[in-house]
Amino acid sequence: MRCKKVMEELSDYLDGVLDAALKEDLCAHLSKCHHCQVVVDTTRKTIDLYCDGEVFPLPTDVHERLHSVIRRKCQQQTT
Amino acid sequence: MSDSPQAAQVAAAQAARARDEATLVREAKAGSYPAFEELVNRYEKKIYRLGLNITGSPEDAEDVLQETFLKAYQHLPDFREDSRFYTWLVRIGVNEGLMKLRRRRADKTVPMDDPAVDEEGAAMPREFTDWKPNPEQLLAQSELRQVLDNAARSLPPIFRTVFFLRDVEGLSTAETAELLDLTESAVKARLFRARLQLREDLSKVFKKA
Repeated sequence: MRCKKVMEELSDYLDGVLDAALKEDLCAHLSKCHHCQVVVDTTRKTIDLYCDGEVFPLPTDVHERLHSVIRRKCQQQTT
Repeated sequence: MSDSPQAAQVAAAQAARARDEATLVREAKAGSYPAFEELVNRYEKKIYRLGLNITGSPEDAEDVLQETFLKAYQHLPDFREDSRFYTWLVRIGVNEGLMKLRRRRADKTVPMDDPAVDEEGAAMPREFTDWKPNPEQLLAQSELRQVLDNAARSLPPIFRTVFFLRDVEGLSTAETAELLDLTESAVKARLFRARLQLREDLSKVFKKA
């Protein structure tokens, strides 16, 4: 497998849906190609960083305005 | 004291926190405000982040957040409970976010997609330097958020939205395609380009010297 093919299959590999034979070829390539190994590792890390919910807190004022708006709406509907 | 309206509200909120999503939805449909409020508490952070990722603007994200929950409340009787409440909420949130983008596109301030990006074209990485270990620990939380925000905002909105729905929300390719009115191959192509571009941007910050 060549580097270009690794890039073509990168998303399926990261998603765990790559065909078994292709995955074997890709892993064999990664064991020999440092550049591709770096791309795979850092792309995975990129996804992990965005998945870390703790990095994205909800601002307190946004939370308070939301609840105030919803409370008002609920009260309107019940009266 | 325990008979006061405030004490009753606190007790209802505590009881709501212990319930599962399906029970809360049924109670909210029957008119329980504490049950709906608990659903809001559970998902407000995720819907805000959804809005932020689609629109790239804190002001628009707050509008998306409010509109999503107001519409959810208004249309709760129509929710058929054959999918998760949260999935239904995400659908509303995505539509609200995309509507914001379309309005801005109509104002000619933000393109929905980047016509210069050839989605089928071969995107190749340019940065091959490995990252420092534990990049999330290299910066303060607020700095890391800024770095991630800046990288995400540099993507065309539809690429950003595909990335967020697939990689952060965990929607399938088929679900994302349906929500965004794209083909599955278009979702895959955009996801690949988004992942690669974000990686390139973050590499500039986190790569080893």
